[in-house]
Amino acid sequence: MHPTPLALHVSVYTPESSLASPRKMIRDMFRDLGASGELAWRLAVRDISAQYRQAFLGILWAFILPLANTLVWVFLSGAGIVQVSETALPYPVYVFTGSMLWAILMDAVNAPLQQTTAAKGMLAKLNFPREALIVSGLYQTLFNAGIKIALLLGVLPFMGIELGWNLLLFPLGLLSLVLVGTAFGLLITPVGMLYTDIGKVLPLLMQFLMYLTPVVFPMPKEGIAATLFTLNPLTPIILTARDWLTGFPPDHLPAFLVVNAFALLLLLCVWVVFRLAMPILIERMSA
Amino acid sequence: MSDDTLIKVEGASKKFCRSLKRSLWYGIQDLGKEIRGHRHGGDGALRPDEFWAVKDVSFELKRGECLGLIGRNGAGKTTLLRMLNGLIKPDAGRIEMRGRIGALIALGAGFNPILTGRENIYVNASVLGLTKSEIKAKLDEIIDFAEIGEFIDSPVQSYSSGMAVRLGFAVASSLEPDILILDEVLAVGDVGFRLKCYNRIYGLANRAAVIFVSHSMPQVARLANRVNVMAGGETSFSGDVSKAIDVYESSFSKCRESNWEISSGFSVDYVAINGRSNQAEVFVQAGASLHVEVRLRLPPRSISLEAVLNIHSPSYELISHINSSQSGLNLIACAASSQSLITISVPSLTLGSGRKLLSLILRDSNTKETVFWAETAWVLNVTSSHYIPAPVYHEATFSIVECS
Repeated sequence: MHPTPLALHVSVYTPESSLASPRKMIRDMFRDLGASGELAWRLAVRDISAQYRQAFLGILWAFILPLANTLVWVFLSGAGIVQVSETALPYPVYVFTGSMLWAILMDAVNAPLQQTTAAKGMLAKLNFPREALIVSGLYQTLFNAGIKIALLLGVLPFMGIELGWNLLLFPLGLLSLVLVGTAFGLLITPVGMLYTDIGKVLPLLMQFLMYLTPVVFPMPKEGIAATLFTLNPLTPIILTARDWLTGFPPDHLPAFLVVNAFALLLLLCVWVVFRLAMPILIERMSA
Repeated sequence: MSDDTLIKVEGASKKFCRSLKRSLWYGIQDLGKEIRGHRHGGDGALRPDEFWAVKDVSFELKRGECLGLIGRNGAGKTTLLRMLNGLIKPDAGRIEMRGRIGALIALGAGFNPILTGRENIYVNASVLGLTKSEIKAKLDEIIDFAEIGEFIDSPVQSYSSGMAVRLGFAVASSLEPDILILDEVLAVGDVGFRLKCYNRIYGLANRAAVIFVSHSMPQVARLANRVNVMAGGETSFSGDVSKAIDVYESSFSKCRESNWEISSGFSVDYVAINGRSNQAEVFVQAGASLHVEVRLRLPPRSISLEAVLNIHSPSYELISHINSSQSGLNLIACAASSQSLITISVPSLTLGSGRKLLSLILRDSNTKETVFWAETAWVLNVTSSHYIPAPVYHEATFSIVECS
């Protein structure tokens, strides 16, 4: 009649920090990550279908904003309002690819805080693997990125870009955008859940960062701007992804690899912090 | 820990903060400490503005047992459940939970109004921890149970609130947990559906260790086989169901003296209940008689009175009304004697177990003016050999007819 007691999973809750027993913590982390796969998929399907079902323009929303950004900058430079220095690519292609790639990065940055905030009610009342929210955010970012890339691949040949073999490496560039974005997004999530200031400052900060990254402006040759662009870890990510997409040999490959290695390490660390933070946040959210 | 002990709580405590600004700042501090590997809750001291929401609670629960948690609002019941569910960490103590935990807490959590009922079942069930194959196997049963019919493929925003909560209950209760946590959701929907809910919960409860919070004493009496009363975060009583309900209800009906209001010209010498005056609490056996005696001084004129006895539950629901004018009687007091003795007799007081509140009202039957009003001035403590969960009961005869 009774199920065998041996099979029962035992959960123990104590005030000890789970960092005190790291081996168990890492085992739990990957167990939860594994267990969250299906739920993450369901949540992603729920959010994507709800989002597009209620919008008249539907799937177009995935690229309307970066497209508008492109048109604005093509207009600004074409009308001579802003002087943009010479680029190797035709300027419209440069802005178009840059805006699209930046939009993918932004999606990845926003996803963790957005997903966690939207699930507040569920978090406060139900116990489910919290990783599911992050993974669901990843799925949604990748889905939206897929639409943007399909558009890019469809339009670029008409803008005079020949899609070469380098394109096969582009998925790596895409993954690195998502990796860097998620690591940064997850870093700010715990504090962002407590203080809404973070969510308000983020768009401002990202807007500023965009102008320090070769998205709409090419790399400056000299001056403080050149130093800032070079120090900016997002520079090699965007440049390398764009190079692969448009058939140029990547110039910043070493920096690209270093940034990705750091991003991966950062992601692991902030994942731990996210897990540690969850009970504290939930307690404060409903207190 | 024996094989069938599924919940083991040892000295669990939790502190909360009254001020939001401070609470958020403490959250940042706690996070910093947690990252440095320090234990949660520090050395157990309270910081400014903090208080113990749950303090030093211990108990064990085996499979097949059902523990009711009762207590006034803010007594720490829900906080304790949230710790058991692993949502928040205890600041002291230890909690061990064995097996799959099912919680009927937030019904329909994660429902998206745009999506159809069927789509939402998949999401909601995944959140609750059902695997894809389990959901597939149970889908029809869930739809059946919720009585949603053809609406299952319509968006949930077109549902009535009753339909949505029925669907939520159907999904949440389809989990077969080892530990079942219920917070104020024993039954939802209309009368017919509530019965189905009870049966479903009884079914689950047989195979699980159940812990639940409720403010409805009849529900507690029906479901629980043990009760913890919580007050100010601590367990103030633990054990037998009817005793626990009594302890809880007595916390409402503290001293009721000086609830008397008397119209000018009148005065009351004493009111005796079952022969005892000056006593705020009266013990009566269920089914025994009740005598009320009022010694009254009246103004020098002829007056006709009516007497009313009201009996309220501890949560102030009127459960019995005894009125002299209903029996067509007015009590005529003669002007000649300025002293009157009014007696009211109830031959058999068929009240359920526990505390009831007794009020006495005397009115001028012509002008309907109240001359004496003792609102909930006495506590009737009804005792019985078997706990009677309802407010009132009726005497009955039973027989069994043999079938050939």
